[in-house]
Amino acid sequence: MSGTIVKISGPTVVARGMEQTRIFNRVAVGRTGLLGEVIRLRGGEATIQVYEDTTGLMLGEEVTDAAEPLHVELAPGLLGAIFDGVQRPLDLLATQQGNWIARGLVLPALSRARGWAFTPTVRPGSAVVGGTCVGVVQETQKVEHRILIPPGISGTLCTIQAGTYTIEEPIGWLDGDRPLTLLQRWPVRTPRPVTERLPPIVPFITCQRVFDMLFPIASGGTVIVPGGFGTGKTVVEQTLAKYAQADIIIYVGCGERGNEMTEVLTEFPQLKDPTTGLPLMERTILVINTSNMPVAARETSIYTGITMAEYYRDMGYAVAFMADSTSRWAEATREISARLEEMPGEEGYPTYLAAKLAGFYERSGRVRCLGETDRQGSVTIVSAISPPGGDFSEPVTQGSMQITGGLWALDSDLAHRRHFPAIDWKRSFSLYTHSLDPWFQAQVASDWPQLRTELAALLQKEEELQEIVQLVGIDAVQDRERIVLEVSRLIREEYLRQNVYSDVDAACPLAKQYWMLKAQLMFLEYCHGMLKQGHPIEQLLASPMRSELERMKETPPDSCIQQAQVMIEKMQQELK
Amino acid sequence: MDDLITREYKTVSGIAGPLLFVERLMKASLGELVEIMLDNGEARRGQVIELSEQHAVIQVLEETTGLGVTGTRVRLTESAATMDLSPDLLGRRFSGIGAPLDGLPPIIPDARMDIIGQPMNPVSRDKPSQFIQTGISTIDALNTLVRGQKLPIFSGAGLPAKEVIAQIVRHAKVRQEPGVDIGQETGAGPFTIVFAAMGITFREASFFLGEFDRSGVMEHAVMFVNLANDPTIERLLTPRYALTTAEYLAFTLGRHVLVILTDMAAYCEALRQIATAREEIPGRRGYPGYMYSDLASIYERAGRIKGKPGSITQLPIVTMPDDDMTHPIPDLTGYITEGQIVLSRELHRKGIFPPIDVLPCLSRLMNLGIGPGKTREDHRSVADQLYAFYAHGRDIRRLAAIVGEDGLSESDRRFLKFAQDFEQDFVSQGSQGREMEETLDLGWRFLRYQPKERLTRVKPELIERYYGSTRD
Repeated sequence: MSGTIVKISGPTVVARGMEQTRIFNRVAVGRTGLLGEVIRLRGGEATIQVYEDTTGLMLGEEVTDAAEPLHVELAPGLLGAIFDGVQRPLDLLATQQGNWIARGLVLPALSRARGWAFTPTVRPGSAVVGGTCVGVVQETQKVEHRILIPPGISGTLCTIQAGTYTIEEPIGWLDGDRPLTLLQRWPVRTPRPVTERLPPIVPFITCQRVFDMLFPIASGGTVIVPGGFGTGKTVVEQTLAKYAQADIIIYVGCGERGNEMTEVLTEFPQLKDPTTGLPLMERTILVINTSNMPVAARETSIYTGITMAEYYRDMGYAVAFMADSTSRWAEATREISARLEEMPGEEGYPTYLAAKLAGFYERSGRVRCLGETDRQGSVTIVSAISPPGGDFSEPVTQGSMQITGGLWALDSDLAHRRHFPAIDWKRSFSLYTHSLDPWFQAQVASDWPQLRTELAALLQKEEELQEIVQLVGIDAVQDRERIVLEVSRLIREEYLRQNVYSDVDAACPLAKQYWMLKAQLMFLEYCHGMLKQGHPIEQLLASPMRSELERMKETPPDSCIQQAQVMIEKMQQELK
Repeated sequence: MDDLITREYKTVSGIAGPLLFVERLMKASLGELVEIMLDNGEARRGQVIELSEQHAVIQVLEETTGLGVTGTRVRLTESAATMDLSPDLLGRRFSGIGAPLDGLPPIIPDARMDIIGQPMNPVSRDKPSQFIQTGISTIDALNTLVRGQKLPIFSGAGLPAKEVIAQIVRHAKVRQEPGVDIGQETGAGPFTIVFAAMGITFREASFFLGEFDRSGVMEHAVMFVNLANDPTIERLLTPRYALTTAEYLAFTLGRHVLVILTDMAAYCEALRQIATAREEIPGRRGYPGYMYSDLASIYERAGRIKGKPGSITQLPIVTMPDDDMTHPIPDLTGYITEGQIVLSRELHRKGIFPPIDVLPCLSRLMNLGIGPGKTREDHRSVADQLYAFYAHGRDIRRLAAIVGEDGLSESDRRFLKFAQDFEQDFVSQGSQGREMEETLDLGWRFLRYQPKERLTRVKPELIERYYGSTRD
């Protein structure tokens, strides 16, 4: 079925004669077959957002309805791949088209020629339902790709056989006539179903001190990272993609810089996964839609990414989904809304922005997967936000903040002094701390929550003292308070600050985080105690222990922990 | 002849600002260039920006004076805006829409390219990693520029952005190893300059012209000039003509191109003007909601391509209205570019040149271009430590303003002096260029204001090597 173009305005096109189409159906626009999606129907006129540049398009050209919504392909081969916002493989585009992205090329996301060794885990004759795992494919060295019955399908497995298959060849037959393949497809805007959602009681470990210690996020939780330009959103996202403890990483570069994506592309294949020692790319899928690529595809890239994340979650994996940045996605929504001449809400964003944000964030979660087993998986969303002028009162930040469980606020003042990650500890929060405490107490140390409270109190105290110093000068505060100022400065600069470019410091395991902080807080207690015993403040501040504490983060975990324990003991001895 | 007749339309139905509405323009394609003919035989250029059954919207690239609903004819050219390209472009001067301004004939093209360009496939991009020595310490040491980067200068009215750019153009060189500059490496001479002026004054334009002449880069330069009194809408195309030229020079001819875009504020004004004329829903401060995407389509045309020798480095000038960095123009720019160099009115008043306020400056690609084999092993540490000290020094300065210098501790007074001297002797350098080693050694001179133990951002072995070695 096809219609004809009657209006062209930037990335939106109106076509007549589209009575038979459905909303969100995929269409091919014009002679070159540009990819588009129906976003509004009025009589027989369909408004279409086009995922490619519309320059050169003419009135009267044909629009063909694909009679199905926009899908992604889900099968072995996703890991290590690099897609654009509508899941076209960028490396294949480059080999076919050269260095510049031309238009109208439709390519399958996954290779049709590559064979995968499939091993069934169920016998012929078994009854299966949506989510049942019928076998496995070793997708990468570490990741076993579990082949699941697509949601909504059930029946009896007539045949299933081990062997090497391409993703379209039947690996078995369901009820005699329905082929089962490694490949399944799923509409991007529909969340994949689960059996049950589970409470957030397992942390998403980032190996970054300020996050894990002060503002921990649950596995299956959501956090936003808002910050003006230059505050280090992208570095936070990339650091987590490298060091966070997750089975699968989906990284969506949504409307960001080309050179930055190149950095990811060249760096990740060389980096090793800290837990397995395997190349990072083996657990990563990149979805890249840079700021100069078509704006409508930017809107879709988030959905393309989250659908793949849900697919791996359904296999029982802990998936971390990084979006850099959600603001660009919201802006794409705004741009399309403006072209539709919808009544604008705040700052020109459509009034359904908050609902749309909520719909996206709620695709996160720790879940009991579909199927009859007790398989559990999770999707954790870390979403960077670029508020205009660094002002958090804007709709995207506010709309997100109402839904997400955590806020890691980036501060330009900290960034200017090269304090990275530039997390503003006064503004940031996590709603997961209490539900995660039992885990930290059981897995790291029983006084973990106490340490966090002490640290937060110390930073608060410093804040108050700073105000006094600003007014009356440092000489006017007592020695006891001066020590608080000096130690909290030490903790700010040497604990909360973490150097991602240092081999040792880039990833800090939980035990090291714990012992470092314990020793540094002990130093405060020690100085206060020694001061009471009559030791002069200058001597205490010039103590060699201070420089030792300052350099602790550069010490490898095992020796750092040992060093911290020795120091704590020594301080306790001296205090007695 | 028939064909010609069907492609000429007299159905102009309205003119509003820079826009021309033409009815029943059924054969046009989006983005197509049109010729607008007046009854006196004069021809002007326009571009189709929207098409519907009722009418087509054409943005007129020149003055609309004299156009009317009767007597005006529109002729389709069947081509989008293109730039004629050949090596003969070097040394030439063009208008904002690519017409020769220097009295020489149009070039004979080797190639013709659509000025809108296509997005570079991220997979084909090569990682920028070659350090460009600008001779300016605050850039080289603290916010290193690399080839393929886009690094804007955030300036304010009356601040010497053009002098800073001129100084960079004079001194810029790539050093792979000491003594080997880019000329010997590629055989292509120094940086090729593509200069795009949008809405700048004649005075500014002649400053650049004089500078390029004096420093002898004119023969490696291509200039596109749209002055303040030239048609506003023309400015929307100027950077695209310039960048298309840059892409040709870089990726077809293999040159290293430095693109100077000035002033992006004027470009954004033009964008706002056309958006308002189209009655679009305005975004922040009246700028259109798609300004981010539009600016990205300019700034993202910097970079390198795998397997090709050339590169495009962009140095746009952005004049911040009222020195406000949160204004949409610098704000959206900062979100796209790989850092920014910020000029400070305070330093300028103190007579410091270049008046670069290092704290809000940033180069995102710095780490790719520095370190052993590229600059020096201590580069990262020196930069981090200088930043930390200077930021602290500035805090102390604020404090001293309230409590007086007497209320400061001995160590605080040292930081105060540090900040002072750092501005006077490190930031300030006049028109002199400094070599990288010179800059880093100078950095160490300032690090020695504090005892060794306070250099917590420098590795002990580096302190060992540099702290005492060149003590003066």
